[in-house]
Amino acid sequence: MSMAIKVRGLVHKYGDVIAVNGIDIDVAEGQCFGLLGPNGAGKTTTVEILEGLLTPTSGEVSILGHSWKGDANAIRQRLGIALQETTLADRLTVREIVRLFRSFHDRGADPDAVIATAGLTDKNDAWVMKLSGGQKQRLAIACALVGDPDLLFLDEPTTGLDPQARRDLWEVVGDVVRRGRTCLLTTHYMEEAERLCHRVAIMDKGRIIAEGTPAELIGRLGGSQVLEFGSAPGMGADALNGLPGVREARHVLDRWRLTVDAAHEAVPALLERLKEHGNELTALSTHQASLDDVFVSLTGRTLRGEP
Amino acid sequence: MMSGKRATRIRNPLLELVLARLREFFREPAAIFWTYGFPTVLALALGVAFSGGTVPKAIPIAVLSGLRQAERVQVLTQDPGLHVEAMTDQEAQRRFQGARIVLAVSGGDEARYQFDPTHPEAEAIRRRIDDRLQRAAGRLDSLVSSDDHIRSPGARYIDFLVPGLIGMNIMSSSLWGIGYALVEARKRKLLKRLAATPMKRSHFVGSFLIARMVFLVTEVATILAFALLVFDVRFQGSILAAALLSVTGAMAFAGLGLLASSRTTSTETVSGLMNLIMLPMFVLSGVFFSAAHFPDWMQVFIRPLPLTLLNDGLRAVINEGAGLADIAVPLGALAIGAVATLAAGLRWFRWT
Repeated sequence: MSMAIKVRGLVHKYGDVIAVNGIDIDVAEGQCFGLLGPNGAGKTTTVEILEGLLTPTSGEVSILGHSWKGDANAIRQRLGIALQETTLADRLTVREIVRLFRSFHDRGADPDAVIATAGLTDKNDAWVMKLSGGQKQRLAIACALVGDPDLLFLDEPTTGLDPQARRDLWEVVGDVVRRGRTCLLTTHYMEEAERLCHRVAIMDKGRIIAEGTPAELIGRLGGSQVLEFGSAPGMGADALNGLPGVREARHVLDRWRLTVDAAHEAVPALLERLKEHGNELTALSTHQASLDDVFVSLTGRTLRGEP
Repeated sequence: MMSGKRATRIRNPLLELVLARLREFFREPAAIFWTYGFPTVLALALGVAFSGGTVPKAIPIAVLSGLRQAERVQVLTQDPGLHVEAMTDQEAQRRFQGARIVLAVSGGDEARYQFDPTHPEAEAIRRRIDDRLQRAAGRLDSLVSSDDHIRSPGARYIDFLVPGLIGMNIMSSSLWGIGYALVEARKRKLLKRLAATPMKRSHFVGSFLIARMVFLVTEVATILAFALLVFDVRFQGSILAAALLSVTGAMAFAGLGLLASSRTTSTETVSGLMNLIMLPMFVLSGVFFSAAHFPDWMQVFIRPLPLTLLNDGLRAVINEGAGLADIAVPLGALAIGAVATLAAGLRWFRWT
C-alpha cells in the first residue's frame, strides 16, 4: 500500500520554543488518520508543515509522493484543506465561495454536488455572515472537497461547535471517509477520533506518545471499563489493594480512576472497602474505556477544562 | 457526489476573484457611501458655501458719530452691496473685534477710514466707499466707465475643488480598498487558506488591481457628473489624459496600500499607517486650497507628493484643457511611483 503522507524526524522551532520535537508519521492511502492531543501539543504546526504553509526546521516530508521543495503547485492541486477557524468572506454566498475555490483547481468536483454533500443546499444563496458556526465549518469542508482532493486535511473541524453541530459535521466527514478518501484530522476530542479515524497518533508536548487503531490503544489499557470515584477523607493507594480486576489505578484531580475488567465486580468490592475504612463516597461513575482514558494513562493529565 | 442538475460551468479563477471583490464591495453599504456619497456631499457643501449663490452678501460697514454722520449714511446706503449702520466709535471698535464690520468711516468733515489692511477685501471696499463720497461731494469723473459682469467656467472655487476631490477620492479609496482589505483577509486567515490552494498569487493581487479600476471609473464618473449637473463644472481637456492620470495615480496609491498592509495582521496598525500617509497630503497637496499658498522652501517637499502630482495634473486637464503631452511629467512620476511601490509591496507581502 502506498503512503499518502510520510514524515521522518520532523522538528519545528519558533525561536527557542520547540513546537514539534522529532515525529514520524505514515498515513496509507484510503485511511483516515487522527492526530490527537491537547491544545499546544503541536498538532496545528505539524499540519501546517504537511500543508506546505510552514517550512520545518528539520525533517523529511513527503506528500502523495512529492516533496514541497519540488513542485508545490502539483501537490496543492491534489489537496483539500480546512484550516482551524478560517472566516471566509462575509458577504459572499455559499455557492459563490465554493465556485471560487473550484476555479483554483484544474480538475475537481461539481460545486453544487459538494454543497449537497456538506448539507448546505438550502443555504446556497445565503451570505456567509448569516451562517451558524456549524454551517461555516461545513462550508469550509465543502471548499476543501471541491478540488476532488486525493488527500484531505481537517484541522480541528469541530472546535467551538455545540454538540448537535458537531454530530452533524461528523456525519459529513464520516461519509467522506467511508468513500475511501485519505484524510488527516486533528482534534482534541477523543470521541471524534474514535468515531472517524482508522488510526490515531496521540501527541503531547511536540512528540507522538502512542499510535495505533483506537481499539488497539484502548486495549493496551488492559481493562475495558473505567471506574472513577472520590471519597472523604481521601484514600491512599494501599487501601485499593486486592480489589478485583483492577488493571491500573491513577489519582487525578482529587479522584481515583481505576481501569477494571468488569465494573459490576469492582463496584461492590469498592463500596465494601469504603465501609471498612469508614470513608464516605462523594462521587462515583463508570464508563467504557475510551481514548480519553488512554491519554490519562499515558500522561497522568486529563483533557478536561475543554468542552 | 451526485447531482440531478447539469454540472456548473467553471470560470477562470481571475474572473472569479474579480467578481468576488466586486460583490463584496457592492454588498457593503458603508463602503459605497464613503466611495460615492461622501465626495459628492463634500462637493455640494463646499460648492454651496463658496460659490456664494447669485447675489453676494452685503458688506457690513459703520459710519461713526459726527456732524456728517446722517448725510454719509444716506449716500452710502444707495450702494446695495453695503450694509451701512450709524454707531459710536466705541461700538465700532467692539464690532471690529468680532469681525462683524469690515470698515468704519468717520462722521466729521474729513473722511477717515478705519480698516484692517490684512483683510483681503478691505482696500477695495475703501476705494469703493471713497468714490461714492467723493462723487457726492461734487467730484466729476472725466472718463465714462461701466461694468459687465461675467461668470467664466473654470475660474470659480468649485472648479478648483472638483479635481482636488477626485484626487483625494482616488487616494483614499485606493489605499483603503487595498490596504484594509488585505489586512482584514490576513487577520481572518483567509490569505493563509488561499495560499494553501493552487491559486496563482498573481491572480489574487491582479484581482484587487482590476477591481480597483472598475471602482475608479465609477467613482470619477460619479463626481464629474455631479459637478457638471449641479455646478456646471465643465471638463475642458483630454479625456484620455485624465483617464491615464487617474489610473496611474490609483496604481501608485494601491502600491502604497499594498506596502502598508504587506506584513501586519492588525487592522488598527494598518489604519494608523494609512492615515499617516494620507493626512499630510490632505493638507499639503492642494485638495481644498492651492498648494501654492505654502512657502517656497516647502514646495520642494510638496511637489513630489503623489497627491500633488495627481491634483495638479487633473486641474491642468479638467480646468485648463491640457492634453496628454502637457501632463507627461506628473504622469511619468506617478507611473514610476506605482511600479516601485507595487514591486516592493509584493516582495514584502506575507500570506500568513
